[in-house]
Amino acid sequence: MSTLSISGLNVHFSTEAGSLHALKDVTFDVPERRIVGIVGESGCGKSTLINAILGLLSDNGEVRSGQILFEGDQDLARLSRGQMQDLRGPRIATVFQDPMGALNPVLSVGRQMINIQYRSPQSRAAKAARAVEMLKLVRIPDAESALGRYPHQFSGGMKQRIAIAMALMMEPALLIADEPTTALDATLEVTTIELLKDLQATIGCSVMFISHHLGVIAELCDDVVVMYAGEVVERGTVRDVFRAPAHPYTRRLLECDPARQSRRTRVLPTIPGEIPDLRQRPRGCVFAPRCLERHAGCDTPQVEHALAGDHRARCNLAPARSPAAVPP
Amino acid sequence: MTAAPILSVDDVQVAFPVGGLLARDAILGVAGVSFEVRPGETFALVGESGSGKTTLARAINGLQDISQGAITFEGVRIDGLGRARMKPLRRRMSMMFQDPVGSLSPRMTVGDLVTEPFRIHGHGGRNLRDEAVRLLNLVGLPADFAGRYPHQLSGGQARRVGVARAIALDPALIIADEPTAGLDVSVQGEVLNLLNELRERLGLAMVIITHNLHVVHHVADRMAVMYLGRFVEVGETGTVFAAPRHPYTAALLSANPEPDPDRARDRITLPAEVPSLMSRPSGCEFHTRCPWAQAKCAAMPPPAGDVSCHFPLSPGARPPPREDRP
Ligand SMILES: Nc1ncnc2c1ncn2[C@@H]1O[C@H](COP(=O)(O)OP(=O)(O)OP(=O)(O)O)[C@@H](O)[C@H]1O
Ligand SMILES: Nc1ncnc2c1ncn2[C@@H]1O[C@H](COP(=O)(O)OP(=O)(O)OP(=O)(O)O)[C@@H](O)[C@H]1O
Ligand SMILES: [Mg+2]
Ligand SMILES: [Mg+2]
Repeated sequence: MSTLSISGLNVHFSTEAGSLHALKDVTFDVPERRIVGIVGESGCGKSTLINAILGLLSDNGEVRSGQILFEGDQDLARLSRGQMQDLRGPRIATVFQDPMGALNPVLSVGRQMINIQYRSPQSRAAKAARAVEMLKLVRIPDAESALGRYPHQFSGGMKQRIAIAMALMMEPALLIADEPTTALDATLEVTTIELLKDLQATIGCSVMFISHHLGVIAELCDDVVVMYAGEVVERGTVRDVFRAPAHPYTRRLLECDPARQSRRTRVLPTIPGEIPDLRQRPRGCVFAPRCLERHAGCDTPQVEHALAGDHRARCNLAPARSPAAVPP
Repeated sequence: MTAAPILSVDDVQVAFPVGGLLARDAILGVAGVSFEVRPGETFALVGESGSGKTTLARAINGLQDISQGAITFEGVRIDGLGRARMKPLRRRMSMMFQDPVGSLSPRMTVGDLVTEPFRIHGHGGRNLRDEAVRLLNLVGLPADFAGRYPHQLSGGQARRVGVARAIALDPALIIADEPTAGLDVSVQGEVLNLLNELRERLGLAMVIITHNLHVVHHVADRMAVMYLGRFVEVGETGTVFAAPRHPYTAALLSANPEPDPDRARDRITLPAEVPSLMSRPSGCEFHTRCPWAQAKCAAMPPPAGDVSCHFPLSPGARPPPREDRP
C-alpha cells in the first residue's frame, strides 16, 4: 500500500485574466517507507501540489478533479476542513521553504514546541524535555536556553532547523518538505539529510521532498517525480531518472546543474524560452515550445509511456529511446 | 586588480544585547571582519548557518548598527550614517534579501514593487509602466505578472521580483543574500547570467551570500568562509576550491552534495555540537569540532592572516583525524 496515491489531479486558480490550470492530470505514488523527491522549474506547481494535499489551497484555488488517497482509504481531496485539521500535524507533517510560516514570532520557541504536543498526556516538564531533545537532534546550540528565545533571535538556518524539529516531533506517517534545506549550509544540509533518512527509517514514515538541489535529491531520495508546467513529465527511481533521463525536459534540467560543469564558467547553461501561459495550455506537449527535439508528433496530446521498471515519461520519443521499453 | 575598492569593510563587529532589557551582556554576531571589493568583482560569503553572513550584509547596507570598525563605500564612511543619510546611497548599493516573499509588501502589486525604487529615488521622467515591463522581462517574468500580488507568486517568482527591484536603478554594488535559493537550476542560471551581464556592462560589484557552493565556484572571484562571526579563510575562489587550507573550509567543501546517486562520498564529518556565541570556545574557536585539533589549538588563538589556523592543511593532504584531540 502506498502512503499517498495521487491520481488524475487537476487544480485551477481563478484570476482576473481567466482560469489558470496549475496542475494537470497529476498522477504518482509515495510508497510506504520511501522518500520521493519532486523537482521542476520554479512555478511548475510543486507548492500548489502540496497545498492541494493539505487542503490549504488559497481561496481562488480549487481541486477540479482527481484523488489524493492517504494510507489507502482517505481521499484528502474530499475531507472536511475539520477532518483535515486532525491529520495535519500528527499524521501529515510539513516543513516549508520559509521557516517563519511554522514559527509564531511572538511566542518563545519553547512555548511553541510544547503547544504542538497538546494531544500528548505527558507533563509539561516531559514535553519541555522532548523539545530540548529535538532541538539537540537538529543541532541548535544551548538547546535548554533556546527554549526561552524568540524566532527572530535565531539565524535563518536555525529557524529552519527548529521548524524541522517541530515537524518531526509528532512522528508523522508522511512528512512533506518543501525545500527544507535551502537555507542550510552544506555541512548542515548533509547532516539534515542524514537526520531525515535516519528518522524516516526509525519511525517508518514516508517523505515527499521538494528541492531544486539535484545533489540533495540524488543523495536523499529513492524515487523522483519531474514536473513541468503543472504536469508530471517523468518519474521513476532516482537512479533511472538521473542516469537515463527519458524526457527532454529532464535532460535539459540535469544539464543546467552547475554541479555538472566541472570547469569554472561565468555563463551558466539555461533553458531558453518561458513556461507556457497556464491559462491557455497548448494542446500538444507542454514542453514542445522549448524542446530541441520537437517534431510533428509533439502537437497532439501526450500520454505517459511505461519504460523499464517503474520508469515513466510523458514524451512520444521516450519508448524508442529506452531500450527496455514496454508498450503502455 | 588595481582599481580602488568600491567597498571596504574594516574590522567590523556587530554586537547583539542578550537577556532582556536590563542585561549588559552582548554576543558578537560579527566578531571583527575585514575585506574589500573592487568594481566588477564578485565576492562570496559562505559559511555555517548562523555564522553572521546576513548580519554582516545588513551592517553594510546600514540596516544594522555596528559596534566597532569602519565601512567605506565609494570612498565615504557609511557606518553610523542613519537611515536618512543612507537613503541617497541606496541608489548605488542595493540589497537582495534572504527571505523572498517576506521582503515584499503583501499589499503592493508586482508592478508597483519593481518600480518602487524609482518612486523612492526619483524616476527622471521615465514611464513607470514601461519600466515595470522592462524589468520583469529582464528577470524572465511575463508582463502580465505586473498585476499580481506576492501571495500569488511561487517562491522562485518572488525571488525574481527581488532581483528586478535590486537592479532597477543600475546600482554599483549589489549585496545579494541567497539570490538563487528556491530557484531551479535553469532559472538560477538565468539570474546569475543576468547579474554577470550587468557586471560586464556596468562594472557591477557584488557581495553574494549563498550556501550553494557550486554557484560560488562558478561566479565568485574571491570568497570568504565564516565561522562564528569571523573569517576563517579568505582567498581566490579557484585556489580555495582546489586546496582548502582551513579544516572548516575542507569540511564544508567535502559536504557539497553532487547530483549522482552512485557517487562515492568522501566527507569530513564534524561533531554535531555547534558552539554558542554566548560562550565562545577558547583558543581557536573551531577546535571543539576540528578533526585535527591539538593542544595548542585550545590554548591559543590562531595567527591572523588569510587562513586562521595553527596547522593549516597542506594542499591535497587530508590526514586521519587525531586521536588526542583536546
Ligand atoms: N493564489 C494564486 N493565484 C494565481 N496563481 C497562482 C496562485 N498561487 C500560485 N499560482 C501560480 O501557479 C503556478 C504554480 O505555483 P507554485 O507556487 O505551485 O510553484 P512551485 O513549483 O512551488 O514554484 P517554486 O519552485 O518557485 O516554489 C505559478 O505559475 C504561480 O504563479
Ligand atoms: N536581532 C538579533 N538578536 C540577537 N541575536 C541575533 C539577532 N540577529 C541575529 N542574531 C544571531 O546572530 C548570529 C548570526 O546570524 P545571521 O542571521 O547573520 O546568520 P547567517 O550566517 O546569515 O545564517 P544563515 O545562513 O542561517 O542565514 C546568529 O547566532 C543569530 O542567532
Ligand atoms: Mg514552491
Ligand atoms: Mg542569513
